Amino acid sequence: MKYDVIVVGGGHAGIEAAHMTAFKGHKTILITMNIKNIGDMPCNPSIGGTAKGIIVREIDALGGLMGKIADKSHFQIKMLNNSKGPAVRSLRCQADKITYPKNMLEALRNQKNLTIKEGKVENLLIKNNQVEGVSLETNEEIKGDIVILTTGTYLKANVLIGSESKKQGPHGEDRSNHLSDNLKKLGFDIQRLKTGTPPRIKASSIDFSKMQEEKGDNQLWTFSFDEKPIYDINNQQKCYLLYTNQKTHEIIMNNLNKSAMYGGYVTGVGPRYCPSIEDKLVRFKDKERHQLFLEPESLYYDEWYLQGFSTSMPKDVQTQMVHSLQGLENAQITKYAYAIEYDAINPLQMKPTLESKIIANLYTAGQINGTSGYEEAASQGLIAGINASLKLENQEPLILKRNEAYIGVLIDDLVTKGTKEPYRMLTSRAEYRLLLRHDNADLRLRNIAWQVKSITKEQYQNYQNKLQKLNECQKYLQTTKLNLTKEIKNTLKEFNITINKNQQSLYELLKRPEITTDLLPKIINIPYNNEILEEIEIQIKYEGYLNKTIKEVEKKAKLDEKQIPEDIDYTKIKNLASEARQKLEQIRPISIGQASRISGVNPSDISILIIYLKKEYGKNEPRSI
Amino acid sequence: MEDTIAAIATNNIGIGAINIIRISGNEALKIIQKIFSNKKISQAKSHTIHYGYIMDNDQKIDEVLVTIMKAPKTYTKEDVVEINCHGGFEVTRKILSLILKQNARLAEKGEFTKRAFLNGRINLLEAEAVEDLLESSTSNQSTLAMNHLTGKTTELINSLRDQMAALLANIEVNIDYPEYIDELVITKANITPVLTSIKTKLEQIIKEAQNGQIIKNGLKVAIIGKPNVGKSSLLNALLEEEKAIVTDISGTTRDVIEGSIIYQGIIINFLDTAGIRKTTDKVEKIGVEKSKTIMNQADLIILVLNQNEKLTTEEEELIKNIGNKKAIIFLNKQDLPTKIENLSTNLPIILGSAKIKKGIEELKDNIISQFNLQNIENKNLTYLTNIRQISLAKEALQLINQAINANKKDIPIDMVSIDIKNAWECLGKIIGQYYEEELIDNIFSRFCLGK
Repeated sequence: MKYDVIVVGGGHAGIEAAHMTAFKGHKTILITMNIKNIGDMPCNPSIGGTAKGIIVREIDALGGLMGKIADKSHFQIKMLNNSKGPAVRSLRCQADKITYPKNMLEALRNQKNLTIKEGKVENLLIKNNQVEGVSLETNEEIKGDIVILTTGTYLKANVLIGSESKKQGPHGEDRSNHLSDNLKKLGFDIQRLKTGTPPRIKASSIDFSKMQEEKGDNQLWTFSFDEKPIYDINNQQKCYLLYTNQKTHEIIMNNLNKSAMYGGYVTGVGPRYCPSIEDKLVRFKDKERHQLFLEPESLYYDEWYLQGFSTSMPKDVQTQMVHSLQGLENAQITKYAYAIEYDAINPLQMKPTLESKIIANLYTAGQINGTSGYEEAASQGLIAGINASLKLENQEPLILKRNEAYIGVLIDDLVTKGTKEPYRMLTSRAEYRLLLRHDNADLRLRNIAWQVKSITKEQYQNYQNKLQKLNECQKYLQTTKLNLTKEIKNTLKEFNITINKNQQSLYELLKRPEITTDLLPKIINIPYNNEILEEIEIQIKYEGYLNKTIKEVEKKAKLDEKQIPEDIDYTKIKNLASEARQKLEQIRPISIGQASRISGVNPSDISILIIYLKKEYGKNEPRSI
Repeated sequence: MEDTIAAIATNNIGIGAINIIRISGNEALKIIQKIFSNKKISQAKSHTIHYGYIMDNDQKIDEVLVTIMKAPKTYTKEDVVEINCHGGFEVTRKILSLILKQNARLAEKGEFTKRAFLNGRINLLEAEAVEDLLESSTSNQSTLAMNHLTGKTTELINSLRDQMAALLANIEVNIDYPEYIDELVITKANITPVLTSIKTKLEQIIKEAQNGQIIKNGLKVAIIGKPNVGKSSLLNALLEEEKAIVTDISGTTRDVIEGSIIYQGIIINFLDTAGIRKTTDKVEKIGVEKSKTIMNQADLIILVLNQNEKLTTEEEELIKNIGNKKAIIFLNKQDLPTKIENLSTNLPIILGSAKIKKGIEELKDNIISQFNLQNIENKNLTYLTNIRQISLAKEALQLINQAINANKKDIPIDMVSIDIKNAWECLGKIIGQYYEEELIDNIFSRFCLGK
């Protein structure tokens, strides 16, 4: 039996990869160690968040599953950063840890061309630096043209609680023992990373009355551009806010040496944005308290996730720590917090297509590439799936640009700068974030998706319909004038707004900061929904800023168009600074644009490179990749 | 689209009688149109030369010849404009600054040639020479930038950048971690004071940069007035007093200097205003037009009036024309009876007599005080001295002003932060200490967040 595509791993990256290659008509097998863990959420029970919520929308625009399934599986959803500007708004939902994987498995089972198999992959079958399949722990061999590795935190995973260290993956699952060694033999540069997760608390042992409620939004939302909201807005689950206190801090500081991190039991590098509570205390000594959140894991079991309290302390200390918190005096810990160490590859060794530079037809996605987060993983899985398919179809690969998607920023950062800690997406990483908004993910990406055939005709039609509505609405706003009747004047007065001139078009009015699309429907009946109005409002209100950003993009675009041939020999280029030469040699950027983003490559090196290319390759500038 | 670049194309600026500024790129014609007296210049035929003035709005900066060369038959194969200017080094720099304020940036070393090669204008052999010119590592821009700066300035810029980084990191944290309500939430109310203080300091830096140039090159003072008011005797009085040092500041200016003195450590150069002084016009006209040109070249003007005569209309017009320019009125011939009347001006007036050397000290003190130079203790201080640095500082100031304005309106904080971030990057480029991940590092070193 031979497959077109073998996907190793059934986490968020593996799901999207396998779904996409199968959707695109390629015979696909997804191999997971445990079918029950497909789409599992071993850490926080939420999907989305700042920047991440926008990634979920991008995944949806490109034909991925995450947004759709999240829409079906959450018990609370809200829009973050509503007041801070349109570019940084982002959805986050509390996803049910039972429902989400269940709905995901169902979606995969309904997908044509996709087989799911349990098994543990321990080696790759390689011939002439090209992958030909995988072999399992049982020595069974599975052949395939393309292999996509999405091993998550399972490569040589170690779970640490205090001085206790166990050779296992999350939830006490089995780990892969040999795959990372075998990758190393092939020339992969293996790094050790670390992450962690906080304790889980039994719901019935929590006194919620001592905590502050955190509710969902009063407005209906969906991640997906193709789905209608199906949840009950009034029946959303609450989360709770609580704080650490002096006593908690004393317990932690007195037991610091017992933690896996400070006791010297951990070798992996952890992310700065996900520090353990002991890290937070050590690094920010002056802070009197730290915020924590309690979030339900599922409606089907009574475990709550204590966000902000990730730790690698031994169990007895964890119990003391939890009991010091207000409302958790009698709390029962159902799962102790742990730190987990795992092997990852150096992302500088992969191409922007997510194919390995070392082994042809081998793709990697998710935490194996050094990232952190469900959304970051899913988006890479999707891109790996699309590019694997395109390769099988003999088509040009899909490389999203930094001005097109957060996914583009993510992958470009990985393959250009590499990462020394698990990489989390932040809005601050996107220099063109004003263009990369949650509201326009479909406008940015659906056309691209249609070209690479990663969406259905219906999904493309939804996008076309939105475009048409935007056009109509724009015309409507430009031609509809506000007639200042007494009634309207009175309404305006309520909102403290004065309009002097009669008969101004709504379009003109929207240029004023105080006149918003939330307000307009209260004054005049508008035949367009909020999504359409908001889109146009953003274009009107922030035109100046948008244009500035677009200008910046255009300035850089030319550099990205200049491709560097794959076979370029950097030792032949005179005058390159030695640091630049070494970095270019290692990263082998595909374009002048990418080269210019490498730290240590100076503008003068770029000039030299451009001149060399012109000289060597002249007018027939070859395309790379 | 390639951007438009400009630079002074002549070597050893200042030594020759003419300097050439070259502009190349799509915007070249638009730019010259904006700053040239002939507003139809962009429609001129290719490869033609045009006479006129470089204008800063209504102000004449210099009398020039402009060569228009349209793509593709040019050195770079792009639209090229060359300006032959006559006004000496300072004026050349001023014109270049004007161009850079439009949509052009300063060309890097060898960049015109680089474009010529990339656009297929010059051959391989010539390109080799360019490659050597671009020799890396040693000519790293940031090290170059560093060489021009020392202690105090860098410190000042660093502290400004620190303030901005703290503000930005805080804004970013509010955006990326909205659930952390314990962190200070940045609002318009607490941004404005920080921005205003940054603005004030930036203005200070820019002002001192201008002082820095004065300290390096000296002040240029023009003595103007109608014939026979005593301009020559005033000049002689000024020069004699200080045992006039003779003008040999070549390499810095081509302006013809009548003489120079050093007063309180500052070089004061008196421009040759012979053109006005020696006018033989029978109706005793001052030559207002000519005066304007000279006024533009000078840092400060001394207008000499004879208090023994009534004001003429030309003199009144001249006073009006001084506008915002730094100037002093020297009311000469105090040894004779007063006949002048209706002298209304906000300019400082010194009563004196060149003949009996009265008011000369006072005049010199006044010159120095107009530039606030008496307070500068260490005259060897290094300031932002090159055009690149100064234009970056000005750009930063402009961005901060935009941010302040946006903040006054209902613009969301995310947008406001764009301008602050760009300003912060401008300052980073001045001191050559800027890296992409800097802001992210800042966020995590300043704030405590995470699961």
